[in-house]
Amino acid sequence: MNNPEQHPIPPQQALEKLHQAIALDQQRGWLNAPVMIGIHTGGVWVAQWLHQQMALSDPLGVLDISFYRDDFDRAGLHPTVRPSHLPCSIEGRDVILVDDVLFTGRTVRAALNEIFDYGRPHKVGLAVLYQRDGRELPICARWSGQDLNLAPGAHIKLSGPEPLGVELKNPNQ
Amino acid sequence: MAVNFVRPKIPKFTPDPWAIQFDQHGNLKHLLTIEGISPQWITRILDTAEGFVSVTDREVKKVPLLRGRTVVNLFFESSTRTRTTFELAAKRLSADVLNINLATSATKKGESLLDTLRNIQAMQADMFVVRHEQSGAPHFIAQHVEPHVSVINAGDGWHAHPTQALLDAFTVRRHKGDFAPLRIAIVGDVLHSRVARSQIHVFNSLNVGELRVIAPRTLIPQDIEHMGVRVFHDMRAGLRDVDVIIMLRLQRERMDAGLLPSEEEFYRLYGLTEEKLAWAKPDAIVMHPGPANRGVEIESRVADGPQSVILEQVSNGIGVRMAAMSLCMGRKGGES
Repeated sequence: MNNPEQHPIPPQQALEKLHQAIALDQQRGWLNAPVMIGIHTGGVWVAQWLHQQMALSDPLGVLDISFYRDDFDRAGLHPTVRPSHLPCSIEGRDVILVDDVLFTGRTVRAALNEIFDYGRPHKVGLAVLYQRDGRELPICARWSGQDLNLAPGAHIKLSGPEPLGVELKNPNQ
Repeated sequence: MAVNFVRPKIPKFTPDPWAIQFDQHGNLKHLLTIEGISPQWITRILDTAEGFVSVTDREVKKVPLLRGRTVVNLFFESSTRTRTTFELAAKRLSADVLNINLATSATKKGESLLDTLRNIQAMQADMFVVRHEQSGAPHFIAQHVEPHVSVINAGDGWHAHPTQALLDAFTVRRHKGDFAPLRIAIVGDVLHSRVARSQIHVFNSLNVGELRVIAPRTLIPQDIEHMGVRVFHDMRAGLRDVDVIIMLRLQRERMDAGLLPSEEEFYRLYGLTEEKLAWAKPDAIVMHPGPANRGVEIESRVADGPQSVILEQVSNGIGVRMAAMSLCMGRKGGES
């Protein structure tokens, strides 16, 4: 039997838990007519499902954070850069920022910087399918489908979009 | 009327110009010519440019990619459009930009190119954007800069203008999508045009269906067919079924006497008027690298007309130059 804290649950199960957590906050009045933004690539897959479930009125925004990464000096530009597209103004809006896995927090830091170059949102909540240990920045998710503590060196990777799958890569096994 | 039908030879540029463009890991380091840049790399530059073009639609038209880097625009030959779009591209990448106009500066006082280069390099430059009247000058500079410095060719003599050709390919792709079914015609002063040379390389590399050049015999370099183009001397025949028309500037300043009877004659035969435009496909787009000589190679009504994408080329130039700069400076692109 797998230890649920060390092994990811199936993506569909995590998606439903994530959706419930956001819906609960929405009922409590924390979110007002939110705009949803997914981070390329896995974050967009997760966001597409959530966007449909929540029947949000504004179209889904997508971010490619390649131009905001902090490792450009070491790693250069990502080989596939897609245009970011926020179809509506985010000025003064409540934003749900969606990614697949929260690990170091660097992607989210880059995404926040990019979002603020489009305007000043009223608030930003972070939704991730899997929140794992290993943060290198003071960033945490407001909503997650599952929280994990992985073995040292282990990684989880989402595949998709149809169907969504998750793989645990553990170099020690 | 005496017309000289001997086609002048273009200056030869023999040293292997492309090996130097990549570092030992196969990453783009300098952009000196389209020759030697694979179709995959060209497509990567165009795709990256799509991302940068979207930046210009935002509230803050700037990304932090080249923060702390210094880009030096080294222009030994005057230019407005190319220099300003390179400057804007560097600024939108958050680099510091230095414009040095050497057409009116130290080299005129007798300083050698290498001395000029060493002096500017001492200002901790990370990239040189070079325009020079001599073919091969950017290549020479690339051979002599420090290892961390990248060089982009912004036009050298009759040789190459790679970023112009890339932005033209980008503009064509945005309007027409796939290159394979397209007929593209390059019209006018091909002989003196570094833009035309780079365009021919880029469109052939991207497998354009058919590439044509249309010009009087005196304005076409010898043996240009070997570059993979069909040569036409008649506009009506050359423009038939064409999807993209690229007009070139008649480079009077580079022209020796005797190549053309007169500008009026050239306009009558090769100037793109509404009447001649109707010979191409109805949805053909009209391009021009600028600056356009209205009434010499293009009629104002065409340059400003609904089929013209000339101003769009200028805006696309910023995104394409941002892509070229960031790919050259982010040396390890490919690893994530």
